[in-house]
Order: sequence, then structure tokens, then C-alpha cells
Amino acid sequence: MSALAEKKKPFFGKKEKKLITDPFDDSNPITVQVLGICSALAITVQVKQAVVMSISVIFVMVFSSLIVSLLRNLIPTRVRIIVQLVVVATMVILVDQVLKAYVYDVSKQLSVFVGLIITNCIVMGRLEAFALGNKPFPAVIDAIGNGLGYGIILIIVAFVRELFGSGKLWGFQVVPQSFYDFGYVNNGLMILPPMALITVGIIIWIQRSRNTALIEEN
Amino acid sequence: MKALHNFIENNIKPTFDEGGKLEKLYPAYDALYTFLFVPAHANHHGVHVRDGIDLKRTMVTVILALVPCLLFGIWNTGHQHFLALGQTAEFWDKVLFGALKVMPIVVVSYTVGLGVEFAMAVIKKSQVEEGFLVSGMLIPLCLPADIPLWMVAVATIFAVLIGKEVFGGTGMNVLNPALTARAFLFFAYPTYMSGDTVWHADEAFSGSVDAVTGATALGDAAAKMPVDQIGAKYDMMASFIGTIPGSVGETSVVACLIGAFILLLTGIGSWRIMASMVLGGYTMGLIFNFFAVNPLMQIDALHHLLIGGFAFGCVFMATDPVSAAQTNTGKYIYGFLCGFLGIMIRVFNPAYPEGIMLAILFMNVMAPMVDHYVVQANINRRLKRLNTVNA
Repeated sequence: MSALAEKKKPFFGKKEKKLITDPFDDSNPITVQVLGICSALAITVQVKQAVVMSISVIFVMVFSSLIVSLLRNLIPTRVRIIVQLVVVATMVILVDQVLKAYVYDVSKQLSVFVGLIITNCIVMGRLEAFALGNKPFPAVIDAIGNGLGYGIILIIVAFVRELFGSGKLWGFQVVPQSFYDFGYVNNGLMILPPMALITVGIIIWIQRSRNTALIEEN
Repeated sequence: MKALHNFIENNIKPTFDEGGKLEKLYPAYDALYTFLFVPAHANHHGVHVRDGIDLKRTMVTVILALVPCLLFGIWNTGHQHFLALGQTAEFWDKVLFGALKVMPIVVVSYTVGLGVEFAMAVIKKSQVEEGFLVSGMLIPLCLPADIPLWMVAVATIFAVLIGKEVFGGTGMNVLNPALTARAFLFFAYPTYMSGDTVWHADEAFSGSVDAVTGATALGDAAAKMPVDQIGAKYDMMASFIGTIPGSVGETSVVACLIGAFILLLTGIGSWRIMASMVLGGYTMGLIFNFFAVNPLMQIDALHHLLIGGFAFGCVFMATDPVSAAQTNTGKYIYGFLCGFLGIMIRVFNPAYPEGIMLAILFMNVMAPMVDHYVVQANINRRLKRLNTVNA
């Protein structure tokens, strides 16, 4: 009976859609759950780095969610953290090697932060909270949603920081030379990590004043 | 006066009242109205009046105390300019030149700051508070006279939005808004805020005069100038009166002392903070004098208090009643550490010659913690007494 009911369900129904859209606003990993802040502060100086980082995190999340979800009935509960770590670490090493091979300069700039995806709370958090208890397909959808929610904030922050901090976007000069001739100067504070924190703070401020459901009761 | 009042009541007020055309801008109207007339609304509950002082009068008193610094700063800007050019000039020439340099900064700071305050009040549908009246004057006084005006505008927006409005507006800010503006500029545009090219109006970026350098006393010391030369270049008396290069309002200790006198006489500035901050700075200066391994450490402890922004920060920045410690014991600790850390940052990190700013901002953040422990200690002491009486 239950198998029949499940077959009737659409392949990509409301539930799956919610898994994708929720992380953008109501349960954004960075601005609402405040996870993965470390990398959001460290590698958002340039848009390019942020994009590469987001893709890497999405890749790691998708495949580790898939694998953990496939293994979910075989993993003994008591050692599940170690199993998850092994899976995540394998994925991270894969990503690291690919980045080194194809985009060496970006990989250099990201330095330890690729390796530190292992400790990114979003990855482990979603594995623990979702992939361990769900079938592979929803688990992958959930991973994509959360990865995108993480990536979008990273890219917004990097956009602001690169534009005002060095007058560039994706490494190309966008602030015209005539501005500099008039006395415009790049904002050095934007390059420093505190400004990433402030930018994330401002995003949270705007998000909360738009979406009042997020404001906690005092 | 009555005619004006009637005119406003009958012709202007309806536009801003509920249902009026400009209903949304009511906070802006309200702010200007209460500036002209006494507010019409009365308290709903009992009041405890000790004195007729309110926020507006407090602010005006502080601005009054800042006037000597402003006037001296205007003269000194002109003085340093003609000194650097090697010309002699009349008193009024110097004042005129300085005023042309300094007053635009004041105007920009007030216009932009009040603009943001009004906009926030309209968005939040609250009253415009007077908190910016002092910040708007403090910001120009702690900047070099040659700062580009658009940078002043950006820094003011940052200070009012991130330093104050985010936390809920006047009275809720963790950091001193004026110092927030200065710190923002210091880190965002370091070449315009420190180094040896910014302290004389006009020369630095026009490039017309090459041979002029204009380091401050601290800049020279950080650049390892021997201490006897520093003593000769910026002697005690000049540092005390303030005829040395520096930010607009910070150079003159005399002007700061006049301001301190006004603040202390009216009871608005805290003497506990000022006294303990001077003590803290002097103590740290003496400790460095004892080791004295580089020029910055060899600067006389007393001289340390006269150069840079120490006096200005001590009188006007550290005593900000909102961001300072609230308890009396806490004020001693807060002030002492402001001075102590200020001199320490100044000496240990030559890249940040103006350590006072960073020390005060740091202590702003720490002030609630200081207060917390002071209050806890008081509670514990009384509990102990209670327990011994009961036992």
C-alpha cells in the first residue's frame, strides 16, 4: 500500500521544492543557522574564490549526502560520526586534487580552506540531520539546497567586498579610471575580515526586517 | 513667536499629521518642531525631577566645551600650512585658511549624519534623537584637515548606521560613534589618515610642493627619530599649547583642558574617567621609560600625555556616557585601562600610532563586562555580610 502511495507522488513535488527553497531564506545555513561562518569570512575577498568555494562545498555535500544516505541502514549508530567524517574527507580530498589540477591559482588562494570544508558545520549538520534519515533522492536535493543557500551568501558578500575593496569583479576592473582621477579610493577595510562580518550582519539585518517570522521572541 | 507657532500649527502640521500628505515624514517634522518649541506632550506617570537637564541640553553643553578645540584647530590648520610653506602670515590669514579647510568637514559631517538619522527615524517611525549633535562635531575634530570630503561622508554614514542605529539608536550604542567613524577611515583609507603626508592641508596630494613632509610627533617617533630630536622638534610647551601637526582638534591640550573644565563644572563629563585615564597613561609611560629601548619608549611619560590624541580622547571620547562604564568603580577601571592600553598600543605597534582611538574602542566593548563584575562583587560582598549576620 505504502509503495503504491509513493509511486503516485510526483517526482519533484512540493516537498522537494521546499527542500531547495527553504535554505535560501527561512533556514539559510549562514544567516539563520549561523553555520559555516569561518569560510564566509575568510574567502570572500574575491568573487572568483567564493564561486569556486561554493561549487566545492556543493559537490562535497551532494556526494557525501548521497553516499551516507545509501549507507544509512548499514551504519551502526555509535560510529556514525566517524563514518560520515571518512566520507566527507574523501570527497574533500577529491575536490582538492581537482582544484589543484585545473584551477591552480585559485586553489593556492583558497589554501587551507578547501581542506577545512571537512569541518564546515553545514556539511556534517545536514548529514546528521537529514541524510541519515532520508532516502538518497531527497538527501541530494537537500544538499543542493543548503549548498546553494551557503553559496549565495558567499557570493553576495564577495561581490560587495571585491567591488568596494579593489574595484574589480571576477578579477576585472569595473570601477572606471575616471573615478580614481576624481579622487575615489578603494576601501581598504573591505579587504579585512571584519568587513565580511559586518556585511553578513547587514544581510541578516535586511533579511530579518523583510521576514519578520525570523525574529525571536525576547 | 506666537504668530510663528500659529502658522506652524495651522498650516504646516496638518501636512504631517495622520492622513496628511507627508504623513510618513512626521518624525522629521517633529524633530524640527521640538527644536523650536517645547514639546506639547506631558509625562503619563509620576516623574522624579532633580534638574531641568535633558538630552538636548547635555549635548549643547558638550558642543560648547568643544568650541575651544574647534577654534584652535582652525587656527592651527592655517598655522601649520603657512609654516610648512615657509611663509609668514597674519593671524586672520591663518584663521581664514583653516576655516576654509575645516568648516566644510563640519558641514558634511552634520548634513550626512543628520540625514541618516532623519531617514532612520522615518523608516522606524520613531522620534529623531539628538545624539548626533555631539558626534557630528567630534568627527571633524578627530580627522586630519586634508581628508577628502566624500570620505567624511562615507565614514559618517558607517558610524551612524553600523555604530549606532543597528543597536537601536542613541543611548544603545556599544561603540562611540565618532571613534567608529575615525576607525573606519583609519582602516579603510590608511594613506589619508596616517603617515607623514596628510597633516598639512593642501600640500600632500596636490603635489605642488615636494619638499614638505608633515609627520606628527608620533609618526616621527615610530620612524625611529632619536628622542632628543623629537624633544627639540615638538617641545613640551608647543605640545601643550598645540602648535604641532595633528588632527584638527586634538593637538591643543590647553583647549582640551578648557573643554574638560566646562564638562566637569556642569557635571556632564566624568572626572573619575578623566583622572584615571591620565593616571593610566602616565603609569604606562613610566613603565616604558624604565625599559627605554627605542625612541617611542624613551618619550617622557608626561610628554606622552601631551602629544597625539590623548588629551582629546580622554576629555571627549572616553567620557561618552553611553559607551563608558556606568558604575563608579567601573569608571576608574575603564579609564585607567583606556590610558594604559592607549600608550601601550602606541608604543608597541608603530603601525598604529594613534593607539588612544583603538584603546577607547576596545574599552567601549569591555565596559559592560567591567560593570558586570563590579555589580557582582557588590552583590557578593553584601551577601557575605548578610550571611555573617545571620550566622
